[in-house]
Amino acid sequence: MRRSMFSGLTVSLVLLAAGFAFAFLIGRFPVSLGDVFAVLWSKISGTPSGVSQAAEAVILQVRGPRVLAAFLVGAALSVAGAAFQGLFRNPLVSPDILGASSGAALGAVLGIYFSLGVFAIQGFAFLGGLVAVAAVYAIGSALRMRDPILVLVLAGVVIGALLGSGVGLIKYLADPYNQLPAITFWLLGSLAATSAADLVSLVSLIAIGTAVLLLLRHRMNVMSLPEEEARALGVSTGPMRIAIVAAATLVTAASVAAAGIIGWVGLVVPHIARSLTGPDFAKLLPVAAILGGSFLLFIDTIARTAASIEIPLGILTAFVGTPFFIWLLASMQKDWS
Amino acid sequence: MTIAAENLSIGYRDRLVGSGVSISLREGESLALLGPNGGGKTTLLKTLLGLLPPRKGEVTLNGKALSAISIRERARRIGYVPQVHTGTFAFTVETVVLMGRTAYGSLFAKPGKEDFAVAAKMLARLGISHLAQRSYTEISGGERQLVLLARALAQEPRFVVLDEPTASLDFGNQGKVMREIEALAGAGLGVLFTTHDPNHALRTAHRVCLLREGAIVAEGKTSDVLTRENLEALYGAKVLPVIDSRQVAFLPG
Repeated sequence: MRRSMFSGLTVSLVLLAAGFAFAFLIGRFPVSLGDVFAVLWSKISGTPSGVSQAAEAVILQVRGPRVLAAFLVGAALSVAGAAFQGLFRNPLVSPDILGASSGAALGAVLGIYFSLGVFAIQGFAFLGGLVAVAAVYAIGSALRMRDPILVLVLAGVVIGALLGSGVGLIKYLADPYNQLPAITFWLLGSLAATSAADLVSLVSLIAIGTAVLLLLRHRMNVMSLPEEEARALGVSTGPMRIAIVAAATLVTAASVAAAGIIGWVGLVVPHIARSLTGPDFAKLLPVAAILGGSFLLFIDTIARTAASIEIPLGILTAFVGTPFFIWLLASMQKDWS
Repeated sequence: MTIAAENLSIGYRDRLVGSGVSISLREGESLALLGPNGGGKTTLLKTLLGLLPPRKGEVTLNGKALSAISIRERARRIGYVPQVHTGTFAFTVETVVLMGRTAYGSLFAKPGKEDFAVAAKMLARLGISHLAQRSYTEISGGERQLVLLARALAQEPRFVVLDEPTASLDFGNQGKVMREIEALAGAGLGVLFTTHDPNHALRTAHRVCLLREGAIVAEGKTSDVLTRENLEALYGAKVLPVIDSRQVAFLPG
């Protein structure tokens, strides 16, 4: 298959349609595709849908917000991952390389430890992610070395380790019957608690960050070159790097705040997208967004239906992601050297 | 147009590499920079490109300080050909050359028809149009060097600066790249390149600049500067001239 924008978009859009159908239709309460369209149409046109109230509630209040959240989080993490892989010139980088996830984890765990409400926990997680990346960036800029990218990654690893032990300490101190299960559950990632109210803040933050990354995609090819080459080609690498890091951090922190830590999506999906479109970021980013959204739709549907209890998302993405990634490493190594 | 610097000090924040450097390059002229490893060639090149601020003095482009010219404007005047590298991602050759058009588009712009046309023209000019859809990581080192040159030409610059363009190339490709450098100067561009082989300078450069320990030890017309004595002093090693009735070449002694 010739790799192109067209084939990439086709494949990802087909998967997205399948993902939406899968996510809306599968579950304990039976819903038909006709019901979904009828309810959505009635929302748009303002006429009664003719679907039973129970089905309408399932579609609009139970599955709807969760479907939207799964799509958004998957798309955002994938775009952020693809952007970071270019920025850090390393295909093994994921969007939490600068500590966004570990910062958000510490924020959320602190929130749970202090028995705060759900909204406050999400706020803590979001702020934790932003503060962690800001700290990493500040340290990276303070330690001026020849290769700003290398310093950033090293600072990210160090701060990530520090935050990780912070999380460990809180877990150690937390009430083992009450708080510890909540912490563990949160750290494993889940969309089960997504409500329509969460979506408002999540949608705006993720939409802004993702839009910025998508808009900058025509400059990302150049940003994946060595620093001096990019500048000789006319790109102010410093401001551009800050913009990309800020946008990617915004979406990562917002995603983690809403859904807990969902690893692997931001690492694996860009690679799948790259195998469809090739490495050109202008084509890669839109396809990665759609593909990532579809991927998490499938995963989340499995998470809520495969067993009698919810399977944590972080665990499922790793179960699906790791074998896939090994296969990818074996077959796709030509896309990077 | 002229790139010029008078009494320049070059170096990094924590290390002074050279001082008292005066150099100039006009359009239509090729200038070779020779010197031992660690002599400051790369540092000088980066300073002249505006990638590294001078420690003292000023690099000027047509009389205007380089630091006062925007990074985009600079990229439209001076093209840079780095040493050949493989790159992280397997972009197609066409995508790589299109990156040379970055300074012509706005922040969010995607490459337009004209950009594709310029990229295709530069690939054709270097005779590598057939590589356009090949992956940059899969072509040979010599081809990669030509692709990077095509990318610099896609910037439609008045000057091209090349960092060791013949290093790591096989004998045949070294000749090919040198012929292209000659053609560029012939087409009216100012060309500055560094090299470890005096014969490459003899072959293509109008003028030569010898750089040792951060200072210019000799500068001028190629045939005047590239003598056995100058080269032996420059490298601190014996040099064997090979002379026939028309030309001279040098072997390391």
